[in-house]
Amino acid sequence: MEILYEGVLALFQNGGWQRVVMWLVGALLIYLAIKKDMEPTLLLPMGFGAIIVNIPIVYEGALSTLFSAGISNELFPLILFIGIGAMIDFGPILSNPKLMIFGAAAQFGIFFTFSLASLFFELPEAASIGIIGAADGPTAIVVAQKLLGNASTITGAIMVAAYSYMALVPVIQPPIIKLLTTKKERLIRMPYKAKNVSKTTRILFPIIITIIAGLVAPESIDLLGFLMFGNLIRECGVLNSLSETAQKVLANLITIFLGITVATQMTADKFLQPATLLILGLGLFAFIFDTAGGIIVAKIINLFSKEKINPMIGAAGISAFPMSGRVVHKMGLEEDPSNFLLMHSIGVNVSGQIASVIAGGLILSFKL
Amino acid sequence: MNLFEKFSWDRFVSSLQYMWQGMLCIFVVMAVIILSVYLIGYFSAKAEERKKLAEESEENNN
Repeated sequence: MEILYEGVLALFQNGGWQRVVMWLVGALLIYLAIKKDMEPTLLLPMGFGAIIVNIPIVYEGALSTLFSAGISNELFPLILFIGIGAMIDFGPILSNPKLMIFGAAAQFGIFFTFSLASLFFELPEAASIGIIGAADGPTAIVVAQKLLGNASTITGAIMVAAYSYMALVPVIQPPIIKLLTTKKERLIRMPYKAKNVSKTTRILFPIIITIIAGLVAPESIDLLGFLMFGNLIRECGVLNSLSETAQKVLANLITIFLGITVATQMTADKFLQPATLLILGLGLFAFIFDTAGGIIVAKIINLFSKEKINPMIGAAGISAFPMSGRVVHKMGLEEDPSNFLLMHSIGVNVSGQIASVIAGGLILSFKL
Repeated sequence: MNLFEKFSWDRFVSSLQYMWQGMLCIFVVMAVIILSVYLIGYFSAKAEERKKLAEESEENNN
């Protein structure tokens, strides 16, 4: 009979209440996924995984095996990038490459948060916290894993923050955008001149970007290479069924495993630390300063340019694709229902995707 | 873990070099990418133009 209540008893022994708190955290993630539709594909598996790994036994089950097989060697996030690459249409930046400058500007939050976090954390930990500002879960996982390894107690908090804030982009960005722009600026119209982007350009783009990134930021080659490989499958025109599989089946499959496996880092002893709250705060800070970086650079360009840019599109340089682009477009429509910023904001948004991966590679190349 | 035990102003100051280097590098890399996209567009447009001209002259010859 003892075996029946062994687990229940363990719940009341050392640190049992902490496990209950983690069940509540898991339940909260599931609630946010289902009721608030916040990144349900990730938050739901993470929430459920958080419940599993906090059952009061020494957990060495299938999730640990999945973690070793797919996250500690960065395989899942990299494979997911093939799917993401296959989903992205780089057309808007190929027809207006200048927009990519905002992708670079909106990585400011990463480096600024890195510096700020270094007040409280060692440099590799601080850099891993800063990369939450990449607004890109797979990049955050790869950088944190490479810098901190499996033994770190803060990886779980970094992953949760990265994915939660991505879901909160529609809540975080609008107040910052409104704070940093005037109504007159938000009303600036940007006519979209659709250019015909040739198939050759679309095919050459992923290949050349991979070569450039590989030469100047070699540490980003895994992430960017897989992203661009996915995009090449999409654009080559002869692998349509592979492209469709990468976009749907592969991406969904990996997302399921990624979400539930990330939860292995959410054990009570690792997660219920004062550091977790600080990491969540710094992650929010990174998102805010990414947004601000993009807007401020757009405003600076407006000082010198005849053709004015709506500075709101700078905010879309935060990776979180396509949410950020849509947020900016929606805000433009709220100010003026006939001002369509979607093509510009999506262009900036996809350039943010490239820039955030390169920023991750640069951080790794610092050899902290 | 006491966070304030690990508080270090020196570490913050040393991290500032990574901040400016990181931002500078990201702008340089993106500028190179922008330039290469312009070049890809320019050369692929030229190539298409040439292809079109070749097709037209072939049609005229026929």
